[in-house]
Amino acid sequence: MGRTSTFLLSAAAAVLAGTMPALSAWQPQKPIEFVATAGPGGGTDNLARAVQNIITKHKLIEQPIVVVNKGGGSGAEGYVYGKASAGDPYKVIFGTSNAWQQPLVSKVAFNYTDLTPIAAMAQDEFLLWVKQDAPYKTAGDYLKAAAAGEFKMGGAQSKDTDEVLTRMIEKAGKVKLTYIPFKSGAETAVQLAGGHLDSHVNNPSESLGQWRGSTQRPLCVFSPKRLPQGPKVTATEGWGDVPTCVEQGLDINQYEQPRTVWLPGKVTPEQAAFYVDLMKKVQATPEWKDYIEKTSQVDTFLTGAELEKFIKEDLERIKQVAGDQGWLVK
Amino acid sequence: MDNLQELLHGFTIAVTVPHLVLMVVGVLLGILVGVLPGLGAPNGVSLLLPLTFGMQPVSAIILLSSMYWGALFGGSVTSILFNIPGEPSSVATTFDGYPMARDGRPTTALATAFGSAAFGALVGVILITFLASWVAQAALAFGPAEYFAVYFLAFASFVGMGGAAPIKTVVALALGFAIAAIGIDTVSGSVRLTMGVDELVKGVSFVVAVMGLFGIGELLVAVEEEFHARAVSSKIDWREVFRAVGRLPRHGVALLRSAAIGCWMGITPGGPTAASFMSYGIARRFSHRGRHFGTGEVEGIVSPETADHAAGTSALLPMLSLGIPGSATAAVMMGGLMIWGLNPGPMLFVDQKDFVWGLIASMYVGNIVAVALVLLTVPVFAALMRIPFVVIAPLIVIICVVGAYSVSNSYLDVVMMLGFGVVGYLFKKLFYPLAPLVLAIVIGDKAEDAFRQSMLISKGSLGIFFANKLVTCLIVGGIALLLLPLLLQLPRLWRKPASPATDAPVQERAII
Repeated sequence: MGRTSTFLLSAAAAVLAGTMPALSAWQPQKPIEFVATAGPGGGTDNLARAVQNIITKHKLIEQPIVVVNKGGGSGAEGYVYGKASAGDPYKVIFGTSNAWQQPLVSKVAFNYTDLTPIAAMAQDEFLLWVKQDAPYKTAGDYLKAAAAGEFKMGGAQSKDTDEVLTRMIEKAGKVKLTYIPFKSGAETAVQLAGGHLDSHVNNPSESLGQWRGSTQRPLCVFSPKRLPQGPKVTATEGWGDVPTCVEQGLDINQYEQPRTVWLPGKVTPEQAAFYVDLMKKVQATPEWKDYIEKTSQVDTFLTGAELEKFIKEDLERIKQVAGDQGWLVK
Repeated sequence: MDNLQELLHGFTIAVTVPHLVLMVVGVLLGILVGVLPGLGAPNGVSLLLPLTFGMQPVSAIILLSSMYWGALFGGSVTSILFNIPGEPSSVATTFDGYPMARDGRPTTALATAFGSAAFGALVGVILITFLASWVAQAALAFGPAEYFAVYFLAFASFVGMGGAAPIKTVVALALGFAIAAIGIDTVSGSVRLTMGVDELVKGVSFVVAVMGLFGIGELLVAVEEEFHARAVSSKIDWREVFRAVGRLPRHGVALLRSAAIGCWMGITPGGPTAASFMSYGIARRFSHRGRHFGTGEVEGIVSPETADHAAGTSALLPMLSLGIPGSATAAVMMGGLMIWGLNPGPMLFVDQKDFVWGLIASMYVGNIVAVALVLLTVPVFAALMRIPFVVIAPLIVIICVVGAYSVSNSYLDVVMMLGFGVVGYLFKKLFYPLAPLVLAIVIGDKAEDAFRQSMLISKGSLGIFFANKLVTCLIVGGIALLLLPLLLQLPRLWRKPASPATDAPVQERAII
């Protein structure tokens, strides 16, 4: 036994050093729980279930996987649960950037440092949307109109990604927007279609149907370059035809929301390495490509130092906005 | 007529052997999760969802929606037999369903509930068939102010009639609002009322509250009142099932009114819960036997059940045509739609005709399958009532504990559920009404969000609630319902200065 574990340890060290990421020393011995930090039907829940489905279909693990939803408190329920399960490698938490954003702005009983980051898979882009029959054709026109009268901007949740972006637009465009929080992006999209709002900053999948149905249209995308062309969404336009916001004089170069995967804190490096490797295998399947395309997300995979760097940069940006707005709680 | 043609085309898709088999399987699974407490339709559907990824979207949605119908029917079973509602929307069914079942008429109660539920669902489907496009437009008119007005109307219709002392109703409401406020607040993003318990950030689940308040609370009262173990001697009579269904047309007015309320709330989308409460409240006010509500009145079962199913069915329409789910289950199905590669929204009806009309046709067939299966099971369920109290009481405790735990695998939920049991017991002993408490827990935070969103939009002016015809009508209707009982009392007080006290016991009984 002693010899085996020494061997396992050295193998794990090799994995850690990054030389042989394909070899995982640790294997799960009992069923695994996927914790979605969102209610059934949301983007995070869909991701967890898609990953579960892919793993089961390709038999990537022997053990069965159960998806549970802990979406209470804008996802805090799931993260607090992760924190409480420290050292348990059988709980995988699926979330977004709110893992590090939420603790900044509300008194929740966790911080992202209580968890072990595994990966950021898939990024959701943000776009500036207006009602189909709105008079403005570019982000520039929009800002001009918004400067004249106070516009109502809708978004999902309060002091979360959507409101942070709204405040960034205010600053970059020198305008004042009234932010109205709703429960979800889908709800916000309907409010815009009904003319109760002037704009919102939904992800592509949240407003895809609305764009196709000609109730709202995107002005610009908060991305350094245009999105990949893909199939046409409306008769004449596809995602690639949407100009970037910088092109249109709204100087926000990049804003995106990663879908993140975590283990509880205090798990061993080889346990973490096992899941990093597992997620990589998931990402290599055709079903994953299919999922990414159907939900109009961008395929990315950040792990280890890259992920750390991403989180640090994002935190800096949020701290800036949250500080300006007086949101910081600790 | 176009719609009719599309519907016929839909039937050719829905009525095939594999799809009929899927419907039966879905309905049976649905009844199972509906009857098992703590599972409920949204969980059941999400459990099945991964299985459907490899299926044709039409087959997948037929399976899931059949499960939904089954669960809606199944949810009423525990409400009626054990006073434990499996879904928020079946709470109102317990008010008269449970007393009737305890009275030795479980067969009648179940058959009445299923019959009126089927009627409600049918009206909902017909509405979807013929008014799909119009309804989609109507729903768009609802902004935060209109949402608030709808919730206000639901509160007013249920609370205004007050069987209990008005001050007790207000206390129960206030407690409910406080409980609904626990957790993260949507509008400010801050954590409220967690009292130092980290886990409370998730808020108080409805299931936990209701299992305690109704299941355990009722049990405590029963233990005290009738310690001599008593089994309800219910004759299991097949004919009674059909007789109960046959008697339904006598309550035609209640059926039609409740179906209208249900459809309207499903679309707008106040949801099935608000619909069933509102329908019960209004029925109680306008029925000439309103005073007997709460003691096992047939109309007290007919009204909430019809509205619940009409709303549950028509809630699928805003999901398909606008991408807003009208209920939790609809939200899960919408997640499924996206994974199957369909985008809910206005274009679905244009791009995916086979899918949409296949689904609508399957609603007709699926509901018929569901009601047939569920009526067949009535005697089986009714037989459960013959089990003596000494056996059934521990079972109810187990059901409640397991149900509370399975909401989110949390021990805290079990403790809270037992706490709610004590609250439920105290409420009953002190003649406080439970219904306003539950209503406030279920839709209190939604009403609050809508109100504060409206205030953000209007910059703090209440004028937004009178800004257009729609919202003004809703608010004025709500105020009228709130004041109606007062106005009705005036002439009575005038004529009979000393009102006879004989009413009192009935009224106290009726506030459950």
